[in-house]
Amino acid sequence: MTDPVTQPFIQVRNVSKYFQDFCALDSVSLDIELGQKLVICGPSGSGKSTLIRCINRLEQHEHGQIHIDGQLVDSSPSGQDVLRNNVGMVFQQFNLFPHLTIIENLMLGPVRARQMQESEARELAMIYLERVQISDQLNKYPAQLSGGQQQRVAIARALCMTPKIMLFDEPTSALDPEMIAEVLDVIEELADSGMTMVCVTHEMGFARQVADVMLFMDHGKIVEMGPPKTFFTAPKSDRCKLFLSQILRH
Amino acid sequence: MLLNALLIRFLSPSFWLRLAGVLCFAGLGGCSDNWGWYVVNPATESGRQNLFFLIDGLYFTIGLSVTAILISICVGLLVALPGISSRRAPKVINRVYVELVRAIPILVLILWVYYGLPQVASISISVFWAGVLALAISDSAFQAEIFRAGIQSIDRGQYEAARSISLSYRDTMRFVILPQAIKRILPALGNQLVYMLKMSSLVSVIGMQELTRRANELVVTEYRPLEIYTVLVLEYLVVILIVSAGVRWLERRLETS
Repeated sequence: MTDPVTQPFIQVRNVSKYFQDFCALDSVSLDIELGQKLVICGPSGSGKSTLIRCINRLEQHEHGQIHIDGQLVDSSPSGQDVLRNNVGMVFQQFNLFPHLTIIENLMLGPVRARQMQESEARELAMIYLERVQISDQLNKYPAQLSGGQQQRVAIARALCMTPKIMLFDEPTSALDPEMIAEVLDVIEELADSGMTMVCVTHEMGFARQVADVMLFMDHGKIVEMGPPKTFFTAPKSDRCKLFLSQILRH
Repeated sequence: MLLNALLIRFLSPSFWLRLAGVLCFAGLGGCSDNWGWYVVNPATESGRQNLFFLIDGLYFTIGLSVTAILISICVGLLVALPGISSRRAPKVINRVYVELVRAIPILVLILWVYYGLPQVASISISVFWAGVLALAISDSAFQAEIFRAGIQSIDRGQYEAARSISLSYRDTMRFVILPQAIKRILPALGNQLVYMLKMSSLVSVIGMQELTRRANELVVTEYRPLEIYTVLVLEYLVVILIVSAGVRWLERRLETS
């Protein structure tokens, strides 16, 4: 194994992904250190979501390698284990289990995948429900909650698996405007607590607050990457300038 | 005013109940020249005996249908799962089974299982189990299609969410996909049970003492096909309406939970 000090926690090397003839990721390389907060933006179809979906193997890339904690991510048992133990994911459409109550949604992973005792899992679930401030709704079904509450439950569900890194795939894009803040607050609080995260979002105010590194993607490539300060004030590429001017105009 | 009063009268359930009562009475006793309701008249000893003889067939009709549908649901699920695989070989197995079994008429399958299977496999098979086997095999192809459609109707995000919390394939199916799929296919499963109850009448050809066979046997001795088959129709009607109501009740219950 390589030296843990120099080895980044997540190492993406020359990863390409095609959907039939469409090139969604074009030889992307990226390092993510533990504790880092990465925010990815870019126009739709630029490969932002595909990149984080490749990191936890919801999509299989054709070329290149992804290492997490020094372990190659692939279909082998060890490649799956490293995902199980390290990576949590929050989806645009929440993807809560509609037939289970909130508390059951949270307990399912720990009990079935981690063989945790029910009582222990319940305690763990309560801790995270409190953290996302919905501990009073635990016996309701997802459909009885607002979109913002559902997304916060989804975040708590991912946290119950105690991941080292959280992936957010446009977590506020499916929400009504007045519910975006409550979800971003939770993510921000999580970032402050030191969680490593990669977040695809169009919320630039949030990005400016939270990100250590901003990343702009277009046509499956990382076009621009840097700390938010220089990223927002002095973007180098024209494509990024145009994008920022368009989404920051209003 | 008059129209209103008439309407209320016609729409009230009690009016229709009374009308039905009058018609029944006319049917039973009124036209005694053409109708021979005495064969199933519960007021007489022989009528009662005949009626019990007919109704007793319910035991087998229901036993046959329920056993067959339980087996066919299990087999159908087992056949459906390879059908939703992303690989080719399991899909082919699913298609071949469904297409082959669906192409065999139930009556033919019943005859083949009862008369043919004992010779091929050199086993002895009772009428009941031959009937169950034939009905279950035949229905399993339809169950497989119903399950496949139900499972495929579940959003891909549910699989992805299950994967993101590290659930295995088995746990994903058991705790996430199937509970939602079954809720959605419940009306279709109810339909299959109704279908099965009706198709079980075909097992009468190999001598199963279910509703239809009993009616046939009584017709031979009593020579009153019209009355006896009318009772038979009513028997199926009552059973199936009860089953339908039961399925709807179950649907409503699952809806609220």
